[in-house]
Amino acid sequence: MQKFTLLNGLVAPLDRANVDTDAIIPKQFLKSIQRAGFGPNAFDEWRYLDHGEPGMDNSKRPLNPDFVLNQLRYQGAQILLTRENFGCGSSREHAPWALEDYGFRVIIAPSFADIFFNNCFKNGMLPIRLDSAIVDELFKAVEANEGYKLTVDLERQVIAMPDGREIAFEVDAFRKHCLLNGFDDIGLTLQHVDDIKSFEEKHRAAQPWLYA
Amino acid sequence: MSAKTLYDKLWDSHVVRQEADGTALIYIDRQLVHEVTSPQAFEGLKLARRQPWRTVSMLAVPDHNVPTANRAAGIADPISRLQVETLDANCAEFGITEFKMGDIRQGVVHVMGPEQGATLPGMTVVCGDSHTSTHGAFAALAHGIGTSEVEHVMATQCLVAKKSKAMLVRVEGALGKGVTAKDMALAVIGRIGTAGGTGYAMEFAGSTVRGLSMEGRMTLCNMAIEAGARAGMVAVDDITIEYLKGRPYAPQANLWEAAVTYWRTLRSDEGAQFDTVLELDAGAIRPQVTWGTSPEMVVSIDGRVPDPVNAPDAVKRGDWERALQYMGLQANTPINQINIDKVFIGSCTNGRIEDMRAAAAVAKGRKVAASVKLAMVVPGSGLVKAQAEREGLDRIFIEAGFEWRDPGCSMCLAMNDDRLAPGERCASTSNRNFEGRQGQGGRTHLVSPEMAAAAAIAGHFVDVGTL
Repeated sequence: MQKFTLLNGLVAPLDRANVDTDAIIPKQFLKSIQRAGFGPNAFDEWRYLDHGEPGMDNSKRPLNPDFVLNQLRYQGAQILLTRENFGCGSSREHAPWALEDYGFRVIIAPSFADIFFNNCFKNGMLPIRLDSAIVDELFKAVEANEGYKLTVDLERQVIAMPDGREIAFEVDAFRKHCLLNGFDDIGLTLQHVDDIKSFEEKHRAAQPWLYA
Repeated sequence: MSAKTLYDKLWDSHVVRQEADGTALIYIDRQLVHEVTSPQAFEGLKLARRQPWRTVSMLAVPDHNVPTANRAAGIADPISRLQVETLDANCAEFGITEFKMGDIRQGVVHVMGPEQGATLPGMTVVCGDSHTSTHGAFAALAHGIGTSEVEHVMATQCLVAKKSKAMLVRVEGALGKGVTAKDMALAVIGRIGTAGGTGYAMEFAGSTVRGLSMEGRMTLCNMAIEAGARAGMVAVDDITIEYLKGRPYAPQANLWEAAVTYWRTLRSDEGAQFDTVLELDAGAIRPQVTWGTSPEMVVSIDGRVPDPVNAPDAVKRGDWERALQYMGLQANTPINQINIDKVFIGSCTNGRIEDMRAAAAVAKGRKVAASVKLAMVVPGSGLVKAQAEREGLDRIFIEAGFEWRDPGCSMCLAMNDDRLAPGERCASTSNRNFEGRQGQGGRTHLVSPEMAAAAAIAGHFVDVGTL
C-alpha cells in the first residue's frame, strides 16, 4: 500500500450530502476484474453528458459543464471536500479505487458511511471527519479563493490552512500507523498466526459444528 | 457478570487479539463470495503467493451479472461473462464450493446462504457486499466488507475491526393490514435517516419482530445498512431454529442438539445496556413508499411528496429539490397518484418464498395495468423459484401479466440486462433508490412485495390494504 504522510493539495468542493458509492462509480464499471483504471469513470453520471459504458474512450465524451469537478479551477485536486454521510450504500471498494485513481488522497466531510471509511484506509487514502461548522467554513474559503490548498499532516494530525491556522483531526492509532508506513494489513495480521491458530482451537472446541 | 447485549456476545466470542486503541482481530466463520467484489482479492492472493486459510469456510455464487431470461444462451455481455468465468476459475483453482449459474442452488448470495443453512446463529459472516447485514437475522454478526478485506479474510480468516456501538430498535404491537417487515425497515430509516445507524450494530427486538418469519427478519436486517448500520441482528428463538433444521449446511445428528443449546443463549440479557434505543409502535406503521433518491426520503401511502420549503435545514432543502427534479415529481403530489412504468419484485431484500407468496396473493385473479410496460418477478434463488412453481405461484404471476424470471440480483442494481430506461418510474422491492441505481435516469420507488404487486395492478401506487 502507498504511504500517506504529508500532502499539500488543491481542494475541490462537492456540495452534496449522502453521496452514495453508486454515484461515485456506477455499476457498469464494476464488471472489471482489475483494480486500476476507474478514475476516468469516477462520478460518471454527473461528470459526462452521455451514458458511459466500459471500454469507451472517455477523453472523447462530452463533459457536463455544470459538474463542479469539471471546472478548470479544480483540475488536479487531491483533496475532496464534501458533506454528511459520504460513501453510503454499496460496499464496493471500486469507489475509493476510482477516487484514488482520479487523484484524491484526502476526503474531508462531517461524516462518512462505515464501510467506505474503512475501505479508504486500505488504499492509502485518508478520510477526515470535521465538525459541520468547520466544513462550512472550508466550503466558503474554497469557493472564494481560486487555487485554495490545504496541507494535511498525518503525523501531527492537523490540517494547515493557507493563513497558517491549523485544524486538528482524529484518526485511529492503528490506522495512522499503517498509513504512515504503507503497511499491508495482511502482512501485519500474519505476524499473529499463532494467536489465530490458538483461537481456532478454542473455537472448535466450543462450537464443533462450525468445523464439521 | 454484567448483562451483555447479543452484539457483545457475538463480538466477545470472536476476538482473536486486541490492540491498545481497541482495534481487534476478529475471527470469521463464514465468507460468502460473489463475482463482483472477489476477482481483485483472488488476484491479490495469487500475486502474494498466499493460500486461503480455510477454504471450507467459503461459499461462492455468481449473482450480480447473471441474466434472468434466456439463460440457456449464456451471458451475452462479454465483460459480465468474463467476470463470472473468473469466479468459476478462481473457485476451481482454490477448491472453493461454488453454485454455478446452472445449479438450482444458485441465487442472490444473501438468499442462498441462509437457504443452505450456511448462515448459523453465533457465526461471524462477511461478504464483499453491504447487504451481508441480512444474515444477522440468525443472530449472527454479519456485515459487508470491501475487496481488500475479502482478501484479508481469505488469507488470515480474520478481519481487522473495531467494536461498534449498540442500538436497540424495539417494535411492539401488531402490524396493520398490508404492512410488512419492509415497511418496518423503511419506517425506521425514515425516522433516523440513512446515517442514523452509522457506527452502530443494530438489534431488532420486540413483539413485532418476534412475530416475523425468518424471511421477514432477513428483510429487516438487510435494510439495516440503509440506515447506516453495517450489522443488523435478531435474537434466536424457536422460529430461527425451526428454519435451520435439516438445511444442508446446518449441524447434523449429534451436533444439532449441542448447537441449539448454545444458540438459545444468543439473545441480549435482561438489563443489557444499549448506547441508543429506538421504540416504534407497529400499529402506527402504514405501507411505505419512497419518493426520492435516498431510502430516508420515504412517506406512507396516505402521504404526499414533501415540499422542500418544509425541509429542516438548507442542506436538506437542496437534497430534496435535487431529488424532486431527478424523480420528475411535484411537491405535494399525493403518493397514490404517482403512475409507474415498471415493477420489479425480487432482490436480497424481498426475493424469498414468502415475498413471492405475498406478491402472488395480490396478483391472483387480477391483471397488470395496461399502462405498465413491464412487471417482472425475479425469485431470489433457483430453490425459491422451484418452490414457488410447486405452489403454482408462477402461473398466478404469468396469468396476471407478470414475467417470471430466473434468479439473480437483476434490476436491484441493473448490472445485467434488466434495467430502467431514462425517466422510467419503477415500483421496486429492492433496497436502494439512488440516482441511476436501476439504470441511468431511472426513477425508483422502494416498496414491499405486496405494494409492488398492487402498484402493478393499479398502474399507480395504492394502499394494498384497500385493494
